[in-house]
Amino acid sequence: MTDRITEQQAAKVAHLARLDITPDELERWTPQLEGVLEHFADIDALDLSGVEPMTQPYPLVNVLRDDVVRPGLDRAEVLAAAPAAEDGRFRVPPILGGDM
Amino acid sequence: MSDWELVVGLEVHVELATATKLFSASPNRFGDDPNTNIDPVTLGLPGALPVLNGHAVELAMRIGLALNCTVQPCTFHRKNYFYPDMPKAYQVSQYDNPLNVDGWLELPGGKRIGIERAHMEEDAGKSTHVGGSGGRVHGAQYSLIDLNRAGVPLVEIVSRPDIRSAEEARQYVTELRAILVAVGASDAKMEEGSMRVDANVSVHHPGTPFGTRCEIKNVNSVRSLGRAIEYEMRRQIDLVESGGTVRQETRHWDENDGRTHTLRTKEDADDYRYFLEPDLVPLAPSADWVEKVRAALPVLPAERRRRLATLTGQPADGEAVSSVVERGQDAYVEAVAHVGGDAARALVYVKEAFADEGDEPRVPAADIAALTQMEVEGAVTATQAKAILADLLAAGGGDPAAIAAAKGFEAIDTSALEAVVDAAIADQADAWAKFCAGDGKAMGAIVGAVMKATQGKADGKIVTAILNARRSS
Amino acid sequence: MSPTSVSSVAAAVRSGATTATALLDEHLARIAGRESEIHAFNLVTTETARAQAAAVDAAVARGDDPGPLAGVTVALKDNMCTRGIPTTCSSRILDGWTPPYDATVVERLRAAGAVMVGKTNLDEFAMGSSTENSAFGVTRNPHDTARVAGGSSGGSAASVAAGFSQVALGSDTGGSIRQPAALCGVVGVKPTYGYVSRFGLVAYASSLDQIGPFATSVEDAARVLDVIGGHDPNDSTSIPQQYPSLVESLGRDVAGLRIGRITDLPGGAEPDVLERLEAAFDALRAAGATIVDVEVPALTYGLSAYYVIAPAEASSNLARFDGVRYGLRVDASDTNSMYGATRAAGFGDEVKRRIMLGTYALSAGYYDAYYGKALKVRRLIHDDFERAYQRADVLLTPTSPCVAFPVGAKGDNPLAMYLVDVYTIGTNLAGHPGMSVPYGTGADGLPVGVQVLAGTLQEPTMFRVGAALERSMS
Repeated sequence: MTDRITEQQAAKVAHLARLDITPDELERWTPQLEGVLEHFADIDALDLSGVEPMTQPYPLVNVLRDDVVRPGLDRAEVLAAAPAAEDGRFRVPPILGGDM
Repeated sequence: MSDWELVVGLEVHVELATATKLFSASPNRFGDDPNTNIDPVTLGLPGALPVLNGHAVELAMRIGLALNCTVQPCTFHRKNYFYPDMPKAYQVSQYDNPLNVDGWLELPGGKRIGIERAHMEEDAGKSTHVGGSGGRVHGAQYSLIDLNRAGVPLVEIVSRPDIRSAEEARQYVTELRAILVAVGASDAKMEEGSMRVDANVSVHHPGTPFGTRCEIKNVNSVRSLGRAIEYEMRRQIDLVESGGTVRQETRHWDENDGRTHTLRTKEDADDYRYFLEPDLVPLAPSADWVEKVRAALPVLPAERRRRLATLTGQPADGEAVSSVVERGQDAYVEAVAHVGGDAARALVYVKEAFADEGDEPRVPAADIAALTQMEVEGAVTATQAKAILADLLAAGGGDPAAIAAAKGFEAIDTSALEAVVDAAIADQADAWAKFCAGDGKAMGAIVGAVMKATQGKADGKIVTAILNARRSS
Repeated sequence: MSPTSVSSVAAAVRSGATTATALLDEHLARIAGRESEIHAFNLVTTETARAQAAAVDAAVARGDDPGPLAGVTVALKDNMCTRGIPTTCSSRILDGWTPPYDATVVERLRAAGAVMVGKTNLDEFAMGSSTENSAFGVTRNPHDTARVAGGSSGGSAASVAAGFSQVALGSDTGGSIRQPAALCGVVGVKPTYGYVSRFGLVAYASSLDQIGPFATSVEDAARVLDVIGGHDPNDSTSIPQQYPSLVESLGRDVAGLRIGRITDLPGGAEPDVLERLEAAFDALRAAGATIVDVEVPALTYGLSAYYVIAPAEASSNLARFDGVRYGLRVDASDTNSMYGATRAAGFGDEVKRRIMLGTYALSAGYYDAYYGKALKVRRLIHDDFERAYQRADVLLTPTSPCVAFPVGAKGDNPLAMYLVDVYTIGTNLAGHPGMSVPYGTGADGLPVGVQVLAGTLQEPTMFRVGAALERSMS
């Protein structure tokens, strides 16, 4: 039945998306995802060779702005909305997995 | 087994010298209070949208053209990954259609290092780690995020793996920096982070395929780059020679212990799920714009070295030409030649004495020109010229002939000099015998005696010529 | 007797015949009367509305021009940023978040003298077709509160249908303005992609989203679109044009226009809906238009392409909700764990499913198989529509395959819900405009909408036909 996405793949994808999902959710949703992906079979049957992908609804090009400073946001207002802040910075739990 | 060959490719990230960020109008400034250069786009607020900075495009084109790249129509992609200093959890970059492709950078010795691409992307914010050891992330209690740097325009310059030694790598970075500064694209300071260098290092036996490469990060100076590459090369060679295999991974250079350490393996690597950025439209600089940028490029370091070499007759890859160009003093040497000075002598003077003068030396070119003429005509010796030069520098100029007279420097008549030489030969009979027997170093004692007798006014070159003539006659 | 159209309201306020404050009080009274059974709003912004109404009245008293929408009450879908006013996207992950900036459309409405009565309920992050995916409860259809108002802009559609606001704004990514408009019996318009700025609209699918108006008449919708539309330098995808007023095209008759009937339209529409569509064709024919047959063969692949493209873009757009800078945070011992726990607690099931679907479609090894192909199908759909618009000036279709369905009727079956978008989705993929016009009633006396579709920037023709349909109903 699930030949487009397995529970293992769904779990991997949930991790990539940083979504903690329960085993129950994994079990219930994988077939639902499979169902949506299965609908794609109609497209799989098409010959799409020679068709250019469409990424832009309206063909604009070269939209640029001047290199001029404009007023930004107030730090106090922004940090007041933050879950945690210290010393003018956003505070988060330790970042594991090394420096990037 | 020592027929190992080192293969290095360098990825250099450069912060562009724009007034505002790549996709929003907050200031692009180093050193401000945390989170004071922020706006909805910088913060990745819901509903925020990017708008591309036209001046950043101009500077990115300058870099590409200065590196002999082709500027082409291009698009932006999202590179998706989670990290606290990435406010949108994706970085807007360029993936399969970058702005600049297929160029090269010429090292001082003339070797060309291929440039695969130089593309535009936005910078991330900065995280500081609190509570661990040495500010590293390992063992930290929490981290603090400053988004001032988030959104700053970057150009990533990717070389082909054409570098074959640590020295070439150092030259590449030094030359690249000179180019970036010359075109006004960036101040490219490694110590401030406006130029960041990552090295991809592998080893192989010549004639065999390239080995597995490791990416080295956290190199903060040109010198560290050389040390890190040399360490990593040795590490890989030792590993393979002892039967191991090199694992493809990212390694962190530790300046304190002089080693690289594993940071991330390939298995840990994220799947970035690149796709075209739907909030931006394609960028296709017109041929007119590209030509305008190209025409406005200044003369680049490699060309300046060539010109100075031609002018002075000195090698373009030599120390003198390289260092004078690097200091920006080649125009000065040209100015000296232009008012009648001897370019070769001028080069020597500038190389030796102008280290602290900057790119606009105070001493008028005419004064140096006059001094070169005096030396070339034999009115003063090289040693005397050096002394006059020191005075000119100290005073910010002067009349070399007057200074020479004040110091009592006169040329010594050649026949009088011959008499002094003959007297010295007679006086230093042992040394003369050794010299005639082929011991060139023995000449030193005789020359010394001549200098003493003439109070340093003899021209050492002429003395040597006389001695050689006496010996062969 | 209060003025009932946008133009008469604005005129009455400008002339002093009534005040913005009085009009506001009427609407607030209606909200007080029925909001508890309809639940159109996440937040009724009484204070702000009073202040805005007072400002309009003060401007009139001074002799200043209060704007073309003076005193017009407007409800805003709660995925548009309103400075200082909570904006939740009907999600727990933004519960209580207050934006520090206004969306461009919000600024333009305020400058035009409109009075904002509240932020309306939606399917969480605009993902849904019934507003049942809201974290704050479902919005019910004012015509029958046992039924849905449609989605994802259910709250905005219901607000207009119930008289809580004169007009409303929604967002449409796969039909989220047009479908609830049809189910609630009001006019709903999705403009050409790029016509209205998306700056400040919380993104669902960036290449598909557009903001548009709900109103009780085609003219009112035109007047709102005139105010909110036009180039915005803050949105790179905004078309660099200002548009002439759409109101001018409304009175023109449709004699000589070619109305396209899509002969290969995907099936599934209920008989009552199809009957109203035929009546619409008849009315336009009677008014002098010609009906022509066209084909849009690729349209049948629209749902498959949409349910890859939209979730893919959404998976990236929603990654910023990570608990670092704003919104909900569930604490943990390290940041990765914090992300996982925060997003698990903050997002509803449908949002999580679409994020997973989208992540999958973009992931290494699957991009070409899904996302890459979907983009090519998008090209086919666009080109088929373009070909159709060479033979017809507009196309006429049902908006929704059915009238409003009972709350809970689609169960926990996402695919069943997705099929409801079958007639609206192609327009978003093509980037074309579309509008739903109420056209009588169907089963159980519930509203039916007819959809007018047109080519890129053909809003004037689209509104012209919509107005003609509206006239034929009165």
